[in-house]
Amino acid sequence: MIVFAEIGYYEPWWIQILKALVIFAVVFNMVPLALLADRKVLGRFQHRYGPNRVGPFGALQAVADIGKLVFKEQFRPRTSVGWLFAIAPAISMLTATATIAIIPFSDTVDIFGTQVGLYGIDPDIGILYAFAFGGIAFYGLMLGGWASGSKFSFMGAMRSAAQLISYEVAQGLSLVGVIMMTGSLSLVDIVQAQSGPGNLWFFIPQFVGFIVFLVAGFAETNRAPFDLPEADAELVGGYNTEYGGGRFAAFFAAEYLNIVVVSGLIVTLFLGGWNIPFVDPPTWVDPIVVIVKMCAFIFLFIWVRATLPRLRYDQLMSLGWKVFLPLATLNALVTAILVVVT
Amino acid sequence: MSWSPGDDVIAVQRAPAPGAAASTYRAFGATLKGLRMTFSRLVEGPKTIQYPEEKTPVYPRFRGRHKLHRFEDTGLEKCVGCSLCAAACPADCIRVVAAENTPEVRISAGERYAAVYEINLSRCIFCGYCEVACPFDAITMGHDYEMSDFNRSDLIFTKEMLLAEPLERAPLRTAGE
Repeated sequence: MIVFAEIGYYEPWWIQILKALVIFAVVFNMVPLALLADRKVLGRFQHRYGPNRVGPFGALQAVADIGKLVFKEQFRPRTSVGWLFAIAPAISMLTATATIAIIPFSDTVDIFGTQVGLYGIDPDIGILYAFAFGGIAFYGLMLGGWASGSKFSFMGAMRSAAQLISYEVAQGLSLVGVIMMTGSLSLVDIVQAQSGPGNLWFFIPQFVGFIVFLVAGFAETNRAPFDLPEADAELVGGYNTEYGGGRFAAFFAAEYLNIVVVSGLIVTLFLGGWNIPFVDPPTWVDPIVVIVKMCAFIFLFIWVRATLPRLRYDQLMSLGWKVFLPLATLNALVTAILVVVT
Repeated sequence: MSWSPGDDVIAVQRAPAPGAAASTYRAFGATLKGLRMTFSRLVEGPKTIQYPEEKTPVYPRFRGRHKLHRFEDTGLEKCVGCSLCAAACPADCIRVVAAENTPEVRISAGERYAAVYEINLSRCIFCGYCEVACPFDAITMGHDYEMSDFNRSDLIFTKEMLLAEPLERAPLRTAGE
């Protein structure tokens, strides 16, 4: 049997299933919270309250939104390609969910005498796994737009796909510096390389890489100022124009799940994962630290959405190819030289 | 320039275009400035008046729903049924039917009184001309602005409704506001 990648399983199967369920439950529950936070915090940025009628302080707004969408009619255009139309949102959800697996919440910990790594999996290909699923995520949008059988959906899908591909290149290259400094692709190794005295969190030595990854992350998740695929003020919608009800909810949830996942990746790669500077807390604090840092980045996503105006399409493309790609390449080159010299 | 634009064209002096490094730096700085600006908005907190619970304060001269007045000492109505308000009304929403006061039944201070005084609030444009036209200050505009109803006929306010102590649900704006 050919081994494509060393996964490094050393846990009994039931622990793997258990922790997969726990991680999925925790991270997936951040989606409605992110959705609610998006609306409420965005409101605060604009001197208003945001939704505050459903439940105490509007806390049940996300539940109401999702409930409304799920109970709507599953409309399908006559020209659409049935099964592709149906699985496209599922692909989007799947790829967003799959990336959760590699976000480490802590190192291997001892729970009642069992060694458990507080992460879904720690594959040797590490971050490439995330990029692999990022690459498949584009099929969700593309098939969704194409299978709708509507030229507007198709155009929207083209826009999204072009944006995703452009920024994926810069995003991948911006990480080369981090990987070279660590000498490993594994996310757990990357976090461990940032822990301990004398090891800076990578956003300081890899500042350019951090900025490129962050901005590319905004573009990857279709968030403002790169929310061209759905540009609500200008277009009727992008690839998801023909979707309604539960399928639209799936696209929508995938988008917010992507925000959570990208926040998790940024925290892991550049902000030292579960580490806190100058303090060595007990192990049970580690996942909380990661989640708090992720929330901070979700807040940053909303903050940026409240601040920056949307880019024009040609500006988006030239920013991706003419600014971020050279910047990321340069960063990789300089890091390579510095790593060899020092 | 190969083609002369003519004398009446003003040549605009532009600053030299910034180089790549300078414009990147400038874009970065401008982004941070924008982020700081929006964050200060977040700190200021919401300015929303949550309407059904809290009401927008009105100015003292706000023209809300009409009020009819009585003399405070005698309790007689100020309105003498002269119909000047109805004449002044551009929307023609006031209907006054006057009747004579008798020594036995004395309703207003003057010779006559308004037997019927109706304002159709679904037609009223709240211009305040009735208030201006009234020689006895019998009708004034109040501060009440919550007048929606389920039925058009309920919006025809009779004399009793206009004379009644108004609800005054709207708070008055304070001097500092």
